Amino acid sequence: MSPWLVGFSVFFGYPLVMSAYLSLNHYDLLSSPRWVGLANYRYLFSVDPQTWTAVKNTLWLIGVLVPLQVLSAFGLALMLARARTGVGIFRTIFYLPALAPPVAATLGFVFILNPATGPVNTILGHLGISGPLWFQDPSWAKPSLVMLGIWGVGNTMIIFLAAVLDVPRTLYESAQLDGAGPLQRLRYVTVPSISPVLLFAAVLGVIQGLQYFTQAYVAAGVASGQASQAADVTSVSLGYPVDSTLFYPVLLYQHGFVDFQMGYASAMAMFLFAVSFVVTLAIVINSRRWVHSGAR
Amino acid sequence: MTVADVAVPLVRRRPPARVRRKRLLVAVANHSMLIAASVAFLAPFVFIALTALMTNDQALSANLWPHPFAWHNFVDVFTKAPLWRWTLNTFEYALLATLGVVVSSVPVAYALARLRWRGRNLAFIIVLVALMLPPQVTVVPLYVAWAKFHPFGFNFIGTLWPVIIPNWFGDAFSIFLLRQFFLTIPEEYMDAARVDGCGEFRILLTVVARLAKPAIAAVALFSFLYTFNDFFLPLLYSGESPHHWVLSIGLSEFRSLHQVQWNLTMAATLLVMAPVIVLFFLAQRAFVEGVTLTGVKG
Repeated sequence: MSPWLVGFSVFFGYPLVMSAYLSLNHYDLLSSPRWVGLANYRYLFSVDPQTWTAVKNTLWLIGVLVPLQVLSAFGLALMLARARTGVGIFRTIFYLPALAPPVAATLGFVFILNPATGPVNTILGHLGISGPLWFQDPSWAKPSLVMLGIWGVGNTMIIFLAAVLDVPRTLYESAQLDGAGPLQRLRYVTVPSISPVLLFAAVLGVIQGLQYFTQAYVAAGVASGQASQAADVTSVSLGYPVDSTLFYPVLLYQHGFVDFQMGYASAMAMFLFAVSFVVTLAIVINSRRWVHSGAR
Repeated sequence: MTVADVAVPLVRRRPPARVRRKRLLVAVANHSMLIAASVAFLAPFVFIALTALMTNDQALSANLWPHPFAWHNFVDVFTKAPLWRWTLNTFEYALLATLGVVVSSVPVAYALARLRWRGRNLAFIIVLVALMLPPQVTVVPLYVAWAKFHPFGFNFIGTLWPVIIPNWFGDAFSIFLLRQFFLTIPEEYMDAARVDGCGEFRILLTVVARLAKPAIAAVALFSFLYTFNDFFLPLLYSGESPHHWVLSIGLSEFRSLHQVQWNLTMAATLLVMAPVIVLFFLAQRAFVEGVTLTGVKG
């Protein structure tokens, strides 16, 4: 126990306290921290126009991606649950993309969706449709990331599938005796029976949405390099195109580790902490429904 | 769309032809949808693989099928970029971190699940909070601390040690998962060992570790996957020193490094995906059991 207590205080407790302190300072890593009070927060919320962009993008992503992921994972799980043959093969096919390393998956999608010669637009072209510019178009960049997110829904699907198969058959039978059709059984038996798992997936999705970084960073970097052939991708490309993929963690990265405004980045981190804490609290309060502590 | 329709009927009598026909139609529709979804899920892999086998001119054309097959791409990526170096760094990070997570998380999870001590519930709540916290919240002060920490003049920034070492102090997700599993082991096993004069540590090593093999395997697997795929933390600490790049960073910079072509980029992408996919087929059961463990038992 004690090594973990040490580890906890060093890698978790200390940074939290330190983050709160640094957020009240101006600090660039070179000169020592200079006390500025709440100036960082004031700038963050009322001056910096990028904050609002980043918050809006993050909320958009969570609001669109999480429901779509839960729905598609649920749909796939239902189809798998009622399939009689080939379940193993289908399950593997749906699960594999979730395994693909995020950087590799993102790179693949940026290529497949590249506007000029990418396979998707080529095929759309054959069908007489001129495809969108995907990662090059500010209004299509986020939907492209959503497609990438749905592709990687395998983990959630496996969890849903196990839960759906766990629903006692007697429940369906008695529902059928009561005259419930397939849709009613879905609505009144399946969904309530696995609701803790659905809720768990949704909550996890929100938390992951608050941390969304890798895919946005890589997609913006690779897509912008493609457009401008710029040599130095890392510093110029964050949020490409036109800040449409500038999510809150990306902006935090930019302030902290491109511009080295450590105080300002800490203020951003504290705000993220507050939001995550509220979400976490909501979970802990609801957790009795799925976290069965103690013996069962 | 429910399981009930699929399940074997309790009554052995053959159902009337009308019902059988309806069932067959539903099964066909269901399988058609499954096949359509499978095509959509497989297509990206197929396009990546096909492009990886094209010549550069062809990758820039609208052709979808490689002609001729450029198998040489998979050799060329190793000369165009230090892929071996990145692979070595990745495995150094992934293996050392995974070992650390297992060694440090198992005892903590056991203490949380099976030992009685003051503050146990508080410690568990802290694990839950740590589980939910975005890494971005603590990353700034940790970076500052590593930047200011120079024991014997050793500079941690630019190496992978700042991402490896914290794993040796317990990982919230692994602790949580292991604790939930330890709770399912009947207390009688431990009591029997105690009666035989076994210390708690020996119980952990002999009784618990053996009974909890699937959970420990799952934790090791997830930890390996997480670190193999990790991008954010290695980018922070070793992003400026290419010698210490892991595969994920190298791959993300691959295209801009030497204006490398799409065909080689896709070949490298495929190579980075390969170890994980091979691992999956080797340990498929552990994967599925592990994922289920996180979602349902949790």
